[in-house]
Amino acid sequence: MPAEAEQPLQEKKSSQQATASVGEGTIKEKVQRRSFISWLAVAWVAFAAATGGFFTMILRIFFPNVLFEPPQSFKIGPPDEYEIGLVDIRWQAKFGTWIIRDSEGIYALSTVCTHLGCTPNWLENESKFKCPCHGSGFRRSGINFEGPAPRPLERYRIVMADDGQILIDKSKKFQYEKGQWSDPEAFLVV
Amino acid sequence: MEPFKNFIDVLTQPTLMLTLAMFTFPFFFPMNDWFDKWNRRLRLNLLWTKAGLIAVIIGLTLFFVVGVQDAEFRLIMLKPDNVPIVGLIFLVYFFMWVSMKQASDNDKLLSTGEKPNEYHDPDEKVLVWPDLVYVEFISLILCMCLLLVWSIGLDAPLEEPANPAATPNPSKAPWYFLGLQEMLVYFDPWLAGVVFPTIIIFGLMAIPYLDKNPEGSGYYQFKNRRLAISIYMFGWIILWVLLIIIGTFLRGPNWNFFGPFEYWDIHKLEPLTNINLSEIIYIKLFNTGLPSNILVREIFGFIVVFGYFLVFPPLLAKTVLKRIYLQLGNFGYGVFVFLLLCMLSLPIKMYLRWIFNLKYLIAIPEYFFNI
Ligand code: FES
Repeated sequence: MPAEAEQPLQEKKSSQQATASVGEGTIKEKVQRRSFISWLAVAWVAFAAATGGFFTMILRIFFPNVLFEPPQSFKIGPPDEYEIGLVDIRWQAKFGTWIIRDSEGIYALSTVCTHLGCTPNWLENESKFKCPCHGSGFRRSGINFEGPAPRPLERYRIVMADDGQILIDKSKKFQYEKGQWSDPEAFLVV
Repeated sequence: MEPFKNFIDVLTQPTLMLTLAMFTFPFFFPMNDWFDKWNRRLRLNLLWTKAGLIAVIIGLTLFFVVGVQDAEFRLIMLKPDNVPIVGLIFLVYFFMWVSMKQASDNDKLLSTGEKPNEYHDPDEKVLVWPDLVYVEFISLILCMCLLLVWSIGLDAPLEEPANPAATPNPSKAPWYFLGLQEMLVYFDPWLAGVVFPTIIIFGLMAIPYLDKNPEGSGYYQFKNRRLAISIYMFGWIILWVLLIIIGTFLRGPNWNFFGPFEYWDIHKLEPLTNINLSEIIYIKLFNTGLPSNILVREIFGFIVVFGYFLVFPPLLAKTVLKRIYLQLGNFGYGVFVFLLLCMLSLPIKMYLRWIFNLKYLIAIPEYFFNI
């Protein structure tokens, strides 16, 4: 087999042909057409099975056995735990929410930058949220004022629960640019 | 040393550095006779000679050797993430030199009516095995050695497990995406993250269809292809490599700019209050509030953006790009000029931000449409 395979090359060398000489006459027909086709079928089936199995396993990834997702609504204690004029970052890690209390009431800001979704940092001295990814800045109220963020941070639904605790519900969002911040549930008057 | 460091810190302010780079660029890659005259008069063509190569490499090395003495710069420069970028600076210049050197040699030959160097290349062919495979094998071994030494010498820049609630400050994309990240500072995510990368990829794919100039096929040369080469080099060197370098060395906490020798102060305060075009016009100029109708509010932005893409193509076709227009015809020219204008919109948007604090020309956050 190797000797035969090299044959065309030697031919080419001796005849000093410039063009490649692969084509009719260089490879002898050794495999029968019929068996070739059935082998081809086997190969295709094997290939399809392997690919199918592979993609099934990939699909499986999208349905994990356990989901570590914090609940969408949670209680954060009574209002007097929150000092007036402070940005509370206690719930940032667990629930992705900042609780801010001003002289009139309390509101819950989403910690997701409206630009591309990084988590900004609260800078107490500068009194702003500053995103480390592309430098967007938000005021304490959540209004965007610097960098590329196109709109203010979103606020979550905030209400009083029956037991005197504040209840945050992340499944309902209020967007400033749609005029939703004036909704009574976007702001807890205390 | 201090004055030198201060000088570099001032010089590398991105505003200044980008301006300098953009305005000196055509002198290095002259795209018409006037720039070519100055290129020779200022002896900038020496850059592509052996002496130029040695001088630039020594200069760069000196800069980094001096720089590494500085505690602040050392932190940035020797961070395992950033070491390859130092290498990239050398490599980009080196490979630019390799091709530009041959190009300028050939330009000289061609201008005296001779054939380019490559014309005299021997015609004889080599075999894949053993000639090519052998060379590949050797390079494989060398690369392995390099990677081994590298991985032993520099620890992989791994961090603690990702935590969605804590984004590292600054958060830098992988180095090859730093250009995109820089773009994201000036554009809305769907533009800078989706539309522009797509345009870049398709634009690169379109080059062989747009640039049908047979001149220089098979050999390096600059003179007869100067517009093509300089447009490409502008996008590549200024808008990609330079942005990677800026992102690597000059972006610090809170995505603020820091000079290479400047302390990364988290509390560095930079007034960056940005406003949209509609606010500039209605509130600052007309002293009225923003109209509630979105279209009325953003009409000026639409005028500017559509004007940019509608006025410039015919204007350029009549003036600077006349030759290209005649060569490419309506459709080809349209594609070409659209790509060109998209490319130029990045520096334009940067300057608008730096000079007017302009955030978006068209800002419709209601429908996630901002330009
Ligand atoms: S993700 Fe916050 S500025 Fe880009």
